[in-house]
Amino acid sequence: MSSLSKYLSGKWLTVYAVVYMLFLYAPVFLLPMFAFNDATIISFPLQGFTTKWFDVLWETQALHGAVRNSATVAISTAVISTILGACAARASARYRFPGKRPVMGFIMLPLVLPEIIVAVSLLVLLMQLGMSLSLWTVVAGHVLICTPFSIAILSSAFQGLDNSLEEASFDLGESRWGTFRRVILPLVMPGVVSSLLICFTISLDEFIIAFFLTGTDVTLPVYIWSQLRFPTKLPSVMALGTILLALSVVLLILAEWFRRRAAKKQGIEASAGGFM
Amino acid sequence: MGMTLDKEARQGLTLLSPTALYALLMLAAPLAMVVTFSFWTQNYLDIETTLTLDNYREAWSKPIYQVLMIRSLKISLLVTVVTVVLAFPIAYFLSFHVKNRKALWLFLITVPFWTSYLLRVFLWKVILGYNGVLNTALMELGLIAEPLTFILYNANAVVLTLAHAWAPFAILPIFVALEKIDRSLLEAAEDLGDGPVRRFFRITLPLAMPGVIASTLIVLIPTVGDFITPKLVGGTDGLMIANMIQIQFGKANNAPLGAALAVSSMMIVAVISLIIYAAGKKFGGRVQ
Repeated sequence: MSSLSKYLSGKWLTVYAVVYMLFLYAPVFLLPMFAFNDATIISFPLQGFTTKWFDVLWETQALHGAVRNSATVAISTAVISTILGACAARASARYRFPGKRPVMGFIMLPLVLPEIIVAVSLLVLLMQLGMSLSLWTVVAGHVLICTPFSIAILSSAFQGLDNSLEEASFDLGESRWGTFRRVILPLVMPGVVSSLLICFTISLDEFIIAFFLTGTDVTLPVYIWSQLRFPTKLPSVMALGTILLALSVVLLILAEWFRRRAAKKQGIEASAGGFM
Repeated sequence: MGMTLDKEARQGLTLLSPTALYALLMLAAPLAMVVTFSFWTQNYLDIETTLTLDNYREAWSKPIYQVLMIRSLKISLLVTVVTVVLAFPIAYFLSFHVKNRKALWLFLITVPFWTSYLLRVFLWKVILGYNGVLNTALMELGLIAEPLTFILYNANAVVLTLAHAWAPFAILPIFVALEKIDRSLLEAAEDLGDGPVRRFFRITLPLAMPGVIASTLIVLIPTVGDFITPKLVGGTDGLMIANMIQIQFGKANNAPLGAALAVSSMMIVAVISLIIYAAGKKFGGRVQ
């Protein structure tokens, strides 16, 4: 028992935290190592520095198509999910109405549903309706799983809004739409940008739904999956993964920055209200 | 029902309707369809729409499906236990010992999760392989003479890879629950003579229970449906039910059987989740 109290003490926890972070980052550190490694086989010891695997990427036409497809899917998904997410988050934060909890619960369901279930059920429906698979069917699936994330991000933005700002705007003669555009939207804008970036990142990396619902045009993860079978293609896949990693980290830092700006903006707004 | 909605309720419902409608068309309808499909049968190229339980009979009685289903549940439960047990100390550390840089730690924990899932799984194959990073390192250090072979292409590799993939999802709910604990309760326990161990088991853990249950379910439910990790690092002994579902919808061209397998596994997972939820509520509720 005394060993447990030791285990809960700060020093051991810090050691544990560092080891755990090494475990979390092990694959992330390896990715760039092999991307710049001058060898076709992915194993140690490293053979020397090269950027040739990145040059290969520039010359692969199939990859360029996949990048374009993924960009189309991810941008469409981000925009649609954020609009749907904003409607739901605003409705849930601002209004009281019957059936709110079950309906919101159902909308959030994809968060805990295995992706394979979402994928096969959409596939079965599309098959039955006789619709052909395309990038748009992938978007339909991605919107479903991204909307809950958008709602989670935007809910905190809408909940922080002071209702009196809206009332003041009505009193000053603004219409409903004018109030939304000139008062509410600017206040939640950082949350909206954050939601767009998160949804874009999720869609860009999503594989299972894309794998089931994609037609002849493949997205980037589906392309990567097809390349993993060929050992000679692996180093350039590592290079591609390194670029994607860098892109995701930049997008996440941006999303976090916007989210904090949103919090700060509303914090100042709230404190100003308190002061008056 | 003769119930009239006031203005606020109408505005709220109108605003929610696009999202609700989308969920209805793209989630409720497909889920209803997949359940219907599981009662139909594949007749070469056509779908026979007479309702029958044949798919379920096959899914529940054929040894291969039983083996895959039981193995999936075992692996998923093991993954969940490993992930949550490894995650708890990190969440505890973040909540009780990190003073100023909590946001930075949380950010650092989520970064690996945002790298391509496929490549992360693939890189574990590189780490655990015969000539992999781990074996090379251990042999360089002289700790082993022969490369270890029990770490790749089996269930161990699947557990390790999934525990890595779901780490942030396990840490965050526990962290949120720990943050909510009123620190004065802990001081009170100490003043009343509870040692650190008693205090942990009587106050901290029961109050953190909602977070522990949330992370257990968040990890358990999706891992049952994963087919990439088993396929890349699991070998033949590590294949899971989702691989079979994928095969039925793909090569085997028997979507109704695939649907029956999908519905069956969801039902089993739902029952297990409810049991875990009820058990957690009981344990967490008693001490509060």
